[in-house]
Amino acid sequence: MKRTLIICFVLLLLAVFPRGSKLTGLKIGSKKFTESVILGEILTQLVRSSGQRASHLSELGGTTLVFDALRRGEIDLYPEYTGTLIEEIFADSDAINDADLAVLLEQQGVQISQPLGFNNSYALAVRWETAEKYKLDTLSDLALHEDLRLGFSNEFLDRDDGWKNLRIRYGLPHEEVTGLDHDLAYRQLESGFIDVMDVYTTDARLKDLDLVLLKDNLNYFPRYDAVVLFRTDLVERFPAVPALIAQLESQITAEDILQLNAAVESGVVREPQAAADFLREQFSLNIQVVDPSVASQIWQRTLEHCDLVRRSLIPAIFIAVPLGILAARHPSLGQVILGVVGIIQTIPALALLVLLIAPVAYLGLGTLGAGSATAVVALFLYSLLPIVRNTATGLTSISPEYAESATALGLSPLFRLLHIELPLASPSILAGIKTAAILNVGFATLGALVGARGYGQPILTGIRLNDMGLIMQGAIPAACLAILLQILFEVGERWFIPAGLQPLSLRNRDVNFN
Amino acid sequence: MIQLRHVTKRYGSHVAVDAIDLNCPPGKTQVLIGTSGCGKSTLLRMMIALVKPDSGEVFFDGEPLEQKNLAAVRLRIGYMIQEGGLFPHLSAQDNAVIMPRYLGWESDRTDKRLQELLELTQLPSGVLNRYPRQLSGGQRQRVSLMRALMLDPDVLLLDEPLGDLDPMIRAELQQDLRSIFRELRKTVVLVTHDLGEAGYLGDTISLLRAGKIVQQGPFNELLENPVDEFAAKFVQAQRQVFI
Repeated sequence: MKRTLIICFVLLLLAVFPRGSKLTGLKIGSKKFTESVILGEILTQLVRSSGQRASHLSELGGTTLVFDALRRGEIDLYPEYTGTLIEEIFADSDAINDADLAVLLEQQGVQISQPLGFNNSYALAVRWETAEKYKLDTLSDLALHEDLRLGFSNEFLDRDDGWKNLRIRYGLPHEEVTGLDHDLAYRQLESGFIDVMDVYTTDARLKDLDLVLLKDNLNYFPRYDAVVLFRTDLVERFPAVPALIAQLESQITAEDILQLNAAVESGVVREPQAAADFLREQFSLNIQVVDPSVASQIWQRTLEHCDLVRRSLIPAIFIAVPLGILAARHPSLGQVILGVVGIIQTIPALALLVLLIAPVAYLGLGTLGAGSATAVVALFLYSLLPIVRNTATGLTSISPEYAESATALGLSPLFRLLHIELPLASPSILAGIKTAAILNVGFATLGALVGARGYGQPILTGIRLNDMGLIMQGAIPAACLAILLQILFEVGERWFIPAGLQPLSLRNRDVNFN
Repeated sequence: MIQLRHVTKRYGSHVAVDAIDLNCPPGKTQVLIGTSGCGKSTLLRMMIALVKPDSGEVFFDGEPLEQKNLAAVRLRIGYMIQEGGLFPHLSAQDNAVIMPRYLGWESDRTDKRLQELLELTQLPSGVLNRYPRQLSGGQRQRVSLMRALMLDPDVLLLDEPLGDLDPMIRAELQQDLRSIFRELRKTVVLVTHDLGEAGYLGDTISLLRAGKIVQQGPFNELLENPVDEFAAKFVQAQRQVFI
């Protein structure tokens, strides 16, 4: 009992322990593709070079997530494309030009810069062998070859300016289309599993892979001029920043950005260095980029990851154990409880994360960075089932002889629960918590998809840059953390589970059995 | 002390206890004996409300047993089952003193009572910090008896307390139980299937068959004047075992 109280106290302390990293100064966001990260980095370094503090929250997620973060003030600015705004954010309105856009954005408390200089449009690409074989030059040519296998990013499949309307405009016959992660699509195309994919016109890999862009002969794709979106209140909070953003207008050509993208994606430099190189050439700014050591990066990710785990698992324990008790006490209610937490478990992680973004934002919780409430809530929900189930099973499977003894003694239900039933069920409850903790460490890597960082971040970046080393920087520590937790739990079990219920060890085997 | 009036208990179509009347006078040892499935355990469990009769009434010290006086009544009853029913996660001592802990006794009082009962039950104090599974069967029963006697209850209900022990330890415990019953003058109800044990410990013996009491009286009467063929057979069968 005393041990339980100590543990509860320590857990509570751990749960309310403040987060390690607090961001100060201007917060700059970027989406999870190389070009956005480079632009975010250029903006960050430019702001810093003016003597202001700024943090780059890189690779936060897709358009909606990042735009919402800007509106809610979780970030102050981020690079965006005009076409994306028109086709995606304001798809329901009839905005067609930049002036309309500025008005619509103003209503959301957001300002838009002038174009930065390049147009990163969508295009469809094929390998040159494919182009030659099928004599493909324009998008209209696709209509003649129904057997071509198409693989598009999920975003492209959904967008109004994506596949659906493209197919109508060009009258394409293809019914079957594979939805893919954009970075994986390149590999699928390279390996010949698909023939046609969507690309960005400034994508570095177009050069590496020698891909042919099909001409948009019907002018289907809108313009995607790179711009910077920033919050209107920036003018008061950081008065110098809008002028800094203005410095970048019309300064980045398509050639520039293609080169920067290529430098990063070929692994020659990382985004911060690419941004510094650009600023040196274009603005004669001399910026020293200090790459954090691998160890310090892993340490940082470890802190973020542990943060996600502790802030989801600990509340889950405090909720799930009472739910388990309730389920054991009232079998019909138990069916409902186990049913609900069981259904939650079957929701795919990605879907759950996306479903939770809106309610979490509505509650006014932070959705980005190491404090991602979205990821924490998802992990919390996933942790419930093993704990609830094991608590209920542990309690209901107590031998009737003990339950009867407790009743016959005349103990009150509460005393029975605390001193007899829960201790007897403790091995099962602890096993449930252990399962939840280890699953949690694994699931938490998915948090990076909604900008929660942690070990999932290097994995995502690694997939984007096709850098196996980076993937390992996330995967190996995640595995180690899971193993470490396993060991910790085994030590904890020895301390926590009543000695009379422990498996007989060599130590106490000598006492006894006469 | 304990009175059962016309109690009946059915499990589905099986009648476990069939309209039994029974009176357990204070300070006497009442033994319920019979073959397995005769209803003797169910009858005992009715006395502490682990089983609720479908009809009929149970009286404790003149009061009908009801939900509202149940907790108080149970504190006045010591209950002991085969294997002892000790909680495996508590040491022998913690098992023995669970009721003082529940009632919030001061430690001096608890310690004093523990010492008294150690002497009475003749449990070596060295085994007090062992866990039930580290105790021998006889030691487990002695700890269980300490727990049952801890609050100095008016009544002891024992459900085959020696059922699982080997003969030597069983004989020893039977002697100890008898001297404890004599010394404490408790009202005792004992369930057993062993006629020798019944005769050795009981003042009154009730022989049950199929949920009914076949014969009730002192041991000698049962031996000498079995009321029917079943009683005679039961006695005869057990006698053969003695020889």
